[in-house]
Amino acid sequence: MIETLAAFMIKEVRHILRDRQTLTILLLMPLVQVVLFGYALRSDVRDVRLAIVDPSPDYASLALSQRFEAAKRFRIVAVAPSMGAIEPLFKRGQVDVAVSFDPEFAAHLESHEPAHVLIAVDASDPNTGSTMQTYARAVIMAYEQELGANHPQAVQIVPQVRMRFNPTLESVNLFVPGLIALVLTLVSALMTAISLSREKERGTLEILLVSPLRPWQIIIGKVLPYLGLAFANVLTALLAAWLIFHVPFRGSITLLLVESIIYSMVSLGLGVLVASLTSTQRVAMLVALLATMLPSTLLSGMVFPLASMPGILQLLSNIVPAHWFIVIARGIMLKGVGLEHLWRETLVLVGMTLFFMIAAVKSFKARVA
Amino acid sequence: MRILRVLLRKEFLQIFRDKLLLRQMLMMPFIQLLVLSSAATFEVKTARVFLVDRDHSTMSHRLSGALAASGRFRIVDRAQSMKPANEAMLGRRTDMIMNIPPDFERDIVRTRTASVQLVFNAEDGALAGVTNSYAQQIIAEYARTLRPSVTSSPAIGIQTRGWYNQELDYKHYMVPGILVQLLTLVGTMMTAMNIVREREIGTLDQLNVTPLPRSAFIAAKLLPLMSIALVEFSVGLVVARWLFGVPMVGSLTLLFFCAIVYLVVALGLGLWVSTIVHTQQQAMFVSFFLLLVYLLMSGLFTPVRSMPEWAQWIAEVNPVKHFIVITRSVLLKGAGLTDILRPLGILAASGVIVLTLAVRQYSKRAA
Repeated sequence: MIETLAAFMIKEVRHILRDRQTLTILLLMPLVQVVLFGYALRSDVRDVRLAIVDPSPDYASLALSQRFEAAKRFRIVAVAPSMGAIEPLFKRGQVDVAVSFDPEFAAHLESHEPAHVLIAVDASDPNTGSTMQTYARAVIMAYEQELGANHPQAVQIVPQVRMRFNPTLESVNLFVPGLIALVLTLVSALMTAISLSREKERGTLEILLVSPLRPWQIIIGKVLPYLGLAFANVLTALLAAWLIFHVPFRGSITLLLVESIIYSMVSLGLGVLVASLTSTQRVAMLVALLATMLPSTLLSGMVFPLASMPGILQLLSNIVPAHWFIVIARGIMLKGVGLEHLWRETLVLVGMTLFFMIAAVKSFKARVA
Repeated sequence: MRILRVLLRKEFLQIFRDKLLLRQMLMMPFIQLLVLSSAATFEVKTARVFLVDRDHSTMSHRLSGALAASGRFRIVDRAQSMKPANEAMLGRRTDMIMNIPPDFERDIVRTRTASVQLVFNAEDGALAGVTNSYAQQIIAEYARTLRPSVTSSPAIGIQTRGWYNQELDYKHYMVPGILVQLLTLVGTMMTAMNIVREREIGTLDQLNVTPLPRSAFIAAKLLPLMSIALVEFSVGLVVARWLFGVPMVGSLTLLFFCAIVYLVVALGLGLWVSTIVHTQQQAMFVSFFLLLVYLLMSGLFTPVRSMPEWAQWIAEVNPVKHFIVITRSVLLKGAGLTDILRPLGILAASGVIVLTLAVRQYSKRAA
């Protein structure tokens, strides 16, 4: 029994090792991804190009322009007397934000009439557009408060801000747990789905089925080598994150590794399920892409905050395994919490593993019959 | 010419025979547009606030009331000390803690300054940054209302305007990008898989020993996929128009012309991938990897200008980025040919380069 299983697994490992190209890609991919995306994937907004429209420069408008100059997010690229001169710059995408002062800005301020400032942002990207708008508003309000502070009866409430878990607000700390989930999904779900349907396409699966191997043995033999590969990938990704980006590991690494294995098993189960439901590699690949990759990148909270999504998608995200894994990985790495806070998420993952594995074996059997 | 026609017929027959594949390729625009366009947003809706009010004064109530009334914050829980608040943050039940110290009101009355503590869950740094600046604005505004005579202080009236997208509707922004992603997926991945499949099955060798010229073979492979991609693009545009109300300010003819130029790049890339790999599995992984890098570094999801300089250079040779720029400019801003000359030029150039490389590589392989 064990012997046949072992023999089958050796065959599977040889298959993987023989295909050097795929193996290289699989081993290098997590490394390249962590490095590339760690550096390049940033959801914050920096280096905003600002245009100042100041029809009649006075001390107040100049002082406020100075504030923008001093704010590290903004860079003044143009100063013009009217909005008309700025418009072509907007259209060509050379300016992100324009701050336009009323004529006689300072005079209005002194006479306590409302002095108007217009913040116009290039909102063709509304995500960054609204962020830039918020930051510009903050600069103006800080200046206003400063003016008010000279007033004898002004009240100041000073907010003391603490950013927990990620004080430098680095995007990479957020993305690394998500990247691990992505790599694991890729290796586990896609690879098994394709490797199984490949045997189907070539007809070798029939040969396996008439052999004394039982269906669950075939599945285990298929799955275990990929589990090993996935584990190696987790280690490289974590090492890269730690050495290059100094992503914090506040919690227990053992727990993180165990959770990664559980998550890999969910993905493997999904991969087997996809393979047993499809007939060709191409279809298996497309289904696996739609069923695993798309939700793992989009509905997992890896890049986009789940809280911003419409309710139905938030509900849907509950059946995405990557969502739970990312919560766990972020909890362990960034917050340093242990099972006492994560047992619910872990249980969900274990439940999903059982469900998909059983479903995979069942549907596999049904196909055989 | 006749040879090409026959070959094209064979390719189309093959594509239409695989009903499952066809259905999936046509379903994809719907699913992707529906899911992606609602999922891909960084917009901060409402942040959950854990209120630790240790003052229990009129002013502290008003301050927390102002926070809740803004619509950006929702008070989900209250406590008398920081301990349960910290627990809630660890358990992901709150995004922000507002801690009002015991002598808040007394401090304001006596010294006219007081402090509040704001603690953010900064796992998502960008999100925390934006939430923080909202909170600070609300607090500052509240402080202003505490002045005895509001009119006696200078006030700046801030007006805001979002150009090209008045309501800051991110769907209008995302949908063009998603269409590009679709074209890339069909163009590159399907081409690579299609050719490698023939190689794997062994029919490629059969084709190679027939007298048909290589150019005819390649054209016959690429043209059907290009037409499928264009059909998908049109379906996507219709969905975008009717379902999401994406404005189409610019010329659609221009857009389709650019799409064809872009598809030459995408298909050429797929052809190139097919020449360096042997199995469908490899083809899928190589093209998937390329696509992932291309898509994530294209500015579709995160702004290119937040990236470090070297990454911006990579983005500069990324055809996906340029086509996204074109689609957005034409659809949302109504840009004409002169406005998009640069990205279109880059696309055309990379199309020529990629296709030449791929065809040369392909001939060598077959030789």
